[in-house]
Amino acid sequence: MSTSPIPDPIQAGLAAGWLVTDASTLDSDRRFDADVAIIGSGAGGGVTAEVLALAGLKVLLIEEGPLKSSRDFKMREAEAYPALYQESAARKTRDKAITILQGRSVGGSTTVNWTSSFRTPATTLAYWQERFGLHDYGAAALAPWFATMEARLRIGDWQGAPNENNDLLRRGAARLGIASAAVPRNVNGCWNLGYCGMGCPTNAKQSMLVTTIPSALAHGARLLTRTRAERLHFKGDRVDSLGCVALDAAGLAPTGRTITVRARHYVVAGGAINSPALLLRSGAPDPHRLLGKRTFLHPVVLSAAVYGQRVDGYAGAPQTIYSDHFLHGAVDGPIGYKLEVPPIHPLLFATTLAGFGRPHAALMQQFPHTQAIIALLRDGFHEDAPGGTVRLRDDGSPLLDYPITDFVWDGARRALLSMAEIQFAAGARTVYPVHEMAGGYASWTAAKRAIETLPMQPLLARVVSAHVMGGCPMSDDVGLGVTSSAGRYHGIGNLSVHDGSLFPTSIGANPQLSIYAVTCRLASALAEALTGKPAPAVVAT
Amino acid sequence: MNARRRFLKTGIAGALLLATAGAAWRLARPSAPAGTAALDDGARQVLAAIVPVILAGVLRPGTADVAAAVERTAVAVAGLPLDTQQEIRDLFALLTLAPARRLLAGVPGGWSKARPEDVAAFLQSWRLHRVKLLRSAYQALHDLVAGPWYAHESSWTAIGYPGPLKELS
Repeated sequence: MSTSPIPDPIQAGLAAGWLVTDASTLDSDRRFDADVAIIGSGAGGGVTAEVLALAGLKVLLIEEGPLKSSRDFKMREAEAYPALYQESAARKTRDKAITILQGRSVGGSTTVNWTSSFRTPATTLAYWQERFGLHDYGAAALAPWFATMEARLRIGDWQGAPNENNDLLRRGAARLGIASAAVPRNVNGCWNLGYCGMGCPTNAKQSMLVTTIPSALAHGARLLTRTRAERLHFKGDRVDSLGCVALDAAGLAPTGRTITVRARHYVVAGGAINSPALLLRSGAPDPHRLLGKRTFLHPVVLSAAVYGQRVDGYAGAPQTIYSDHFLHGAVDGPIGYKLEVPPIHPLLFATTLAGFGRPHAALMQQFPHTQAIIALLRDGFHEDAPGGTVRLRDDGSPLLDYPITDFVWDGARRALLSMAEIQFAAGARTVYPVHEMAGGYASWTAAKRAIETLPMQPLLARVVSAHVMGGCPMSDDVGLGVTSSAGRYHGIGNLSVHDGSLFPTSIGANPQLSIYAVTCRLASALAEALTGKPAPAVVAT
Repeated sequence: MNARRRFLKTGIAGALLLATAGAAWRLARPSAPAGTAALDDGARQVLAAIVPVILAGVLRPGTADVAAAVERTAVAVAGLPLDTQQEIRDLFALLTLAPARRLLAGVPGGWSKARPEDVAAFLQSWRLHRVKLLRSAYQALHDLVAGPWYAHESSWTAIGYPGPLKELS
């Protein structure tokens, strides 16, 4: 029973009669018909569902995870990670060298992300135009779509002061002459609690869960939860039906009940990794063997530091300061990186810290005094950063093989150096590059000497990711992409992809706003094609 | 160089053993239906030896904290995808096989009698092992023990974490 004083819009909607079916409760096989079936309810699926529902189309939204809402969001990692993330927030690449944070509940990763909302960098768009022929993807052409989604999701500069965790990045960078700036966030009435990663308990974060999906449901869309899209069945050059399986209440095992979906059009929006995996399982046409390849992660390396003062990295908006200083080199030169900070919570901190026993315990004792910086490496712009490949396990579940190249490791080492230098400039007493063979260093000189010789190898340097992109790349040249610049799957008449898997490189910034803007445009064009009428305007409610 | 160290240096053999032992163990055992306890008694015995070493300096004397930590790990494993749960069971199955325990982990006698210094040497050697697979096995043990321990409210005071806002949690 909820004790939260916060009104819960999801519970109110359910009480008002939204069409929501939790497939774990089904006691017989079911069939649903719709104009459009959307697989996945994250950034791409959520935006698409609203646009199509507002256009008067009968929308069916299919989500593998559960429907959770503010009354469930208790800011506790032990509950939040199994409930709201793919693989309990411990999804790994094939060799287990990279841990991937990806959402799995209604709202997808938008329910658990840290709210950072950047437009796609102009350098990234220029590269797409030049290398993938995406001529419609200029900054000017996309500007109105960014503006639309910024207004829809209340994206703006954060007015509050950064917490100490973020401000140390700002101060350290400033002392070195490195520019930093404030992170735009998608929040409305944020309480500045710091638990965005466990689901917003106050509904301030303008995730899909509290914006586009309620809007779609209020316009008659139907939502299936605990429903895993298993296979698209093709007939000629069209999708004929979609086969789904119901999952148990824990979301781990199929119950044996199946759900068959028939629709005029199908939109795959399961996110990178899961979208290409569904298409691979389904045997979607892939004459140039592109499907699942070029999957990008913005591989992240981390640097922790202990300060004399309290940092309290768990408290306050998690990401409010960033620096793009190290992205300013040529986009296809040595790999660049974006600097941000992560929120510091006990489980993620304890697992991320290297070592065990008394040294680990001693660092845990410094929890309130610890600050961390992360470097997000911009993969996909150089032949030596080609990303990873999504494959299928024997049971059909996806597995990302992402070998980290020497080119990427070179950036990881430079990033560890940059972060340590900034932390000392900000007054750190001790800096701990997150690497199994690193110690704590009391001076920049000592840290520099150590980092320069640390072996950069998988499962020695800690590498994580919270941004999965690519695998269903866009290009109107069928030799370069499996989807068109309009998001249509090449060779299939009634199939689209609307999520971050479309991106032919990584974004070079937190990708949520890129997904919102691109899929809003794609969904609007799709709505016009399916209805023969102008697309509806998307406005904040 | 003692026997344990010598064997740990023969990394390729170790990796092959780890890769195949799980599969062999699965063939040799009747398949457990899905939804049964994520970790069996053998796995819990290994954990009971590993937990006090990973969480040294944190646990109170006695067996209660060890038992609590093992249980928290078991609960965390039960929330992982079924395929991952099987991988973890395979790892523990390997570690409970006497030859593997002795030769690959370098722990003589049973896990219940393992000396903390032998367990620490085992963890440290896998942590930095030149075979990637053994490093990943170490990290799995590290994360599965340390994560659930610190996620629990009873661990927060010790690290100065006040926990989330009471009114909303």
